[in-house]
Amino acid sequence: MEALLALAIGTLAGCGVWLVLRAHTFPVVLGLTLLSYAVNLFLFATGRLVIGQPPVISAGASYTDPLPQALVLTAIVIGFAMTAFVIMLALRARAELGNDHVDGRQDNPGEGER
Amino acid sequence: MNLLLAVLTPFIGAAWVAWASRRGRAAAAWSAGGVALLALLLLWPALTAGFAGQTTIERLAWIPAAGLDLAFRLDGLGLLFAAMILGIGGLVILYAYYYLSHQDSLGRLYAYLLLFMGAMLGVVLSENLIQLLVFWELTSLSSFLLIAYWRKREAARRGAKLALTITGAGGLALLAGFLLLGEIVGSYELSVVLASGDAIRAHPLYLPALVLILLGAFTKSAQFPFHFWLPHAMAAPTPVSAYLHSATMVKAGVFLLARLFPALSGTPEWTWLVGGTGLATLLLGAVVALFKHDLKGLLAYSTISHLGLVTALFGIGTPLAAVAGVFHIINHATFKAGLFMAAGIIDHECGTRDMRRINGLWKYMPHTAVLAMVAAAAMAGVPLFNGFLSKEMFFAEAVDAAGQLRFGIWLPAAVTLAGVFAVAYSLRFIHDVFFNGEPIDLPRTPHEPPRWMKVPVEILVVICLLVGILPAQTVEPLLAVAAGAVLQGPLPEHDLALWHGVSPALWMSVIALAGGVLLYLGRKPLFRLHDRIEGRLDARAIYEHLLEGTLAFAHRATAAFDTGSLQRQATLIVVSALVLAGTGLLGAAAPLTGPRPLLPVDGVSLMAGLALVAATLAATFLHRRRFVALTLVGAVGLLVALVFIKFSAPDLALTQLSVEVVTVVLLLLALYFLPQATPAEISSSRRWRDGTLAVLAAGGAAVLAWAVLTREADSIAGWFLANSVSGGGGTNVVNVILVDFRGFDTFGEITVLGIAALGIFALLENLNLPAPRHDAHGRAWDADIHPLIMATFARLLLPLALLVSIFIFLRGHNLPGGGFIAGLITAIALIMQYLANGVTWMHARLPAHTHPWIAAGLVVALATGLTSWLFGRPFLTSAFGHVSVPLIGGFEIASAMAFDLGVYLVVVGATLLILINLGLAHHVSHEHRAEDRA
Repeated sequence: MEALLALAIGTLAGCGVWLVLRAHTFPVVLGLTLLSYAVNLFLFATGRLVIGQPPVISAGASYTDPLPQALVLTAIVIGFAMTAFVIMLALRARAELGNDHVDGRQDNPGEGER
Repeated sequence: MNLLLAVLTPFIGAAWVAWASRRGRAAAAWSAGGVALLALLLLWPALTAGFAGQTTIERLAWIPAAGLDLAFRLDGLGLLFAAMILGIGGLVILYAYYYLSHQDSLGRLYAYLLLFMGAMLGVVLSENLIQLLVFWELTSLSSFLLIAYWRKREAARRGAKLALTITGAGGLALLAGFLLLGEIVGSYELSVVLASGDAIRAHPLYLPALVLILLGAFTKSAQFPFHFWLPHAMAAPTPVSAYLHSATMVKAGVFLLARLFPALSGTPEWTWLVGGTGLATLLLGAVVALFKHDLKGLLAYSTISHLGLVTALFGIGTPLAAVAGVFHIINHATFKAGLFMAAGIIDHECGTRDMRRINGLWKYMPHTAVLAMVAAAAMAGVPLFNGFLSKEMFFAEAVDAAGQLRFGIWLPAAVTLAGVFAVAYSLRFIHDVFFNGEPIDLPRTPHEPPRWMKVPVEILVVICLLVGILPAQTVEPLLAVAAGAVLQGPLPEHDLALWHGVSPALWMSVIALAGGVLLYLGRKPLFRLHDRIEGRLDARAIYEHLLEGTLAFAHRATAAFDTGSLQRQATLIVVSALVLAGTGLLGAAAPLTGPRPLLPVDGVSLMAGLALVAATLAATFLHRRRFVALTLVGAVGLLVALVFIKFSAPDLALTQLSVEVVTVVLLLLALYFLPQATPAEISSSRRWRDGTLAVLAAGGAAVLAWAVLTREADSIAGWFLANSVSGGGGTNVVNVILVDFRGFDTFGEITVLGIAALGIFALLENLNLPAPRHDAHGRAWDADIHPLIMATFARLLLPLALLVSIFIFLRGHNLPGGGFIAGLITAIALIMQYLANGVTWMHARLPAHTHPWIAAGLVVALATGLTSWLFGRPFLTSAFGHVSVPLIGGFEIASAMAFDLGVYLVVVGATLLILINLGLAHHVSHEHRAEDRA
């Protein structure tokens, strides 16, 4: 199970990095979303994998670590705010500059730099 | 408490005065004076105690865990400085009322002056060194505001920047010095530091600490070679110069020398560094002052020279020299403040400060002339005036010290030479301004200033005379307590009297007076020589050169990394992360796999996991088809929610699920305005490079996750689990952490959320985007944008969805749920109404702007936190209890719920603000389309 989650985190991080390095805004936003999934899952994983023991006090004796969950919960919400901000920035840039290149360049649509 | 209140009073008073100044100039002046008086009254008990030789120390626990207290101290030295700060401050407030023209904002000047007064009081009354440094930096900042008071003038801005750079840099050195001192002594308390002089001097870190502390003191007190900021600070209004550059700000440096005298002095290093710097400054200032044509320029260099004199006295290091140093601090403050004010009057009445044009003012303002002459005589060190007494003590000390040094004979000679120049420039100040023919081409016809403008000068001049004639009866008690506090021990025998008999010091005074007169008479050739060499050796030019070099280097370094390309920046970040993490991973000796037993994989989990990986890869490879990629990313988000639910995190799963819905709706709305496809990339080398980076990042993240997951965790979870019910009154530990244990963090996070929403609102303002006429496949958009079936069902669903969100909110403290999740559910429910019914329909029913919701949420959360203060508990302490309501039954209720309500409101407000405003952009573009059709 641990290997599966590690694989998932790795894939999310790698694909996130690839998309973040693209030259157009929308893929970069998607890449940031994937990266934040990877980071959230990783932070969550620092509480280790425990099945069927949610941190809700009851008759049960043992619970998983609640702290990473609390951290990740707010991280998810803040991550949404960041995604929203970046996509609005992309919209604004498109409106002001007339293109959706990350550097606002029209001349060189494919590549960001030489 | 009184000392703390007295230091805080001017800070609070600054705001009060700025407000009161709207009721006119007089109101501003009266309130500023009142604030200074109030501070004096608050200090009064401690001042009287200090005068009786007692040291008042007040302590207020601030961060006890880190050993940091707010600690204030008032002893003889603090008493002297507090009296000067408040006394001269009061006179300056009166003087400024008449000095400032009606176009300039008096309230602003007073507010800055009071800020400075508070900072300065903090410096002289601090018991803790770090606290002293904080106030020290505040004096730099407030003096920046004061010097740049006439902010439209370039000279004022440059002078302010120069002063801030020099004194600010000195402050940093001082911080380092204090930290070293704290290391040596083991405490930042002045009482401890002052008592451990021997240990400090014997320590190997003594020299670095001394040099750093001296850098702070010398920059502040304009000592050579850092003296050049002071003349440029003369761009400040004259009341500011009279206050900062005679009595307070520049005295902070010599205050520090006096304060730390018992701890640091008494070594050859101290003598050479402090004495040498002081002597060099004394000479340089005295010589340059003579050649300044600007009235205030002359006074500025004279101040530099006198500060050098005080520094040299502390450098000599004998107890008697320290007494003389303190004495000269008092004398210089009185006559120099008076002179600055007189210079201000002259400037005010003549419209210029150029001494080549101001001549013969005796005829026009005899009263002012008399005042200025008395103060200038004190500055020159003429008998019967206070400057004479301390200067003669200085001469005597120089003669004594000369006997103990190898080239000692030069010391009295240099000191006498400085005295000669001091007499010459004082003479020039009097003769050039008040006599020497007629005024030349003055912008205004000078006459006596308003009656009350002269009062502050008169008071200071009277003090000069009283101290000069009757020193033992007037200043002696104050000097005794102040010098006693400097020495932290018994006072040496000293005799404040006009006549000490014929001594070397008397002869030096005579030579200085006679030589000064001769020098002034023969000044013409000297001035010609000065004109020829002026500007050759300008410390400021060196400073500018250094500054430009540093800036150019910074620009080059920035340009090397930042070429304006986001891709390059992102690549650099990823590469550095890979290098750092790679070094860590490869360099670690520990095995990659830890001992924790692995969980077995079941079929469903395997399927879900592989689906997650597949969807991620598909989204990446298909990213040029944006709609498809977005759908796939949405799927990935849902699978992530499944991961959370599988591994015992129901709260996270709920949050992820609701955030995912909002995110996808948001990105869909945004995608409408963006190109539907991404053009292909041109170079394959770039693809290979990015691909390599991505694969490395994937490998690194996976390896790191694996290493973490296979090790046992040693966490603080036990504490939260054990205290959740007893301490927070809730069984859902995650929610209790969010709203109670770590409530302050959550408060910060909802604030960030609110700020992000407001930022987005600003970005969307007046956004004008071209709306596409058809989708990616060339099909025109449907004209029916709010289908009836969807609208009907959405409306039916709304009450149900709101009910669910209330339920989730209420149970949040004990079962999965809470403010974040409930807020998101409410937001989704409302957004669905917008999508189904359109903005126009919704605006008729809901307010268009949800800013107030965010504000209300923050206020509720803050109020909940503050309420616990009312009960004497720390911020955000939660109270809870069991209530039973008929029909519904009994349930737990906690005050943290109110905090959660704040969270809920902010989340709803922020989410709606973001989405509605993007929706509005759609609305506008649709209207355009409708117009096009018509």
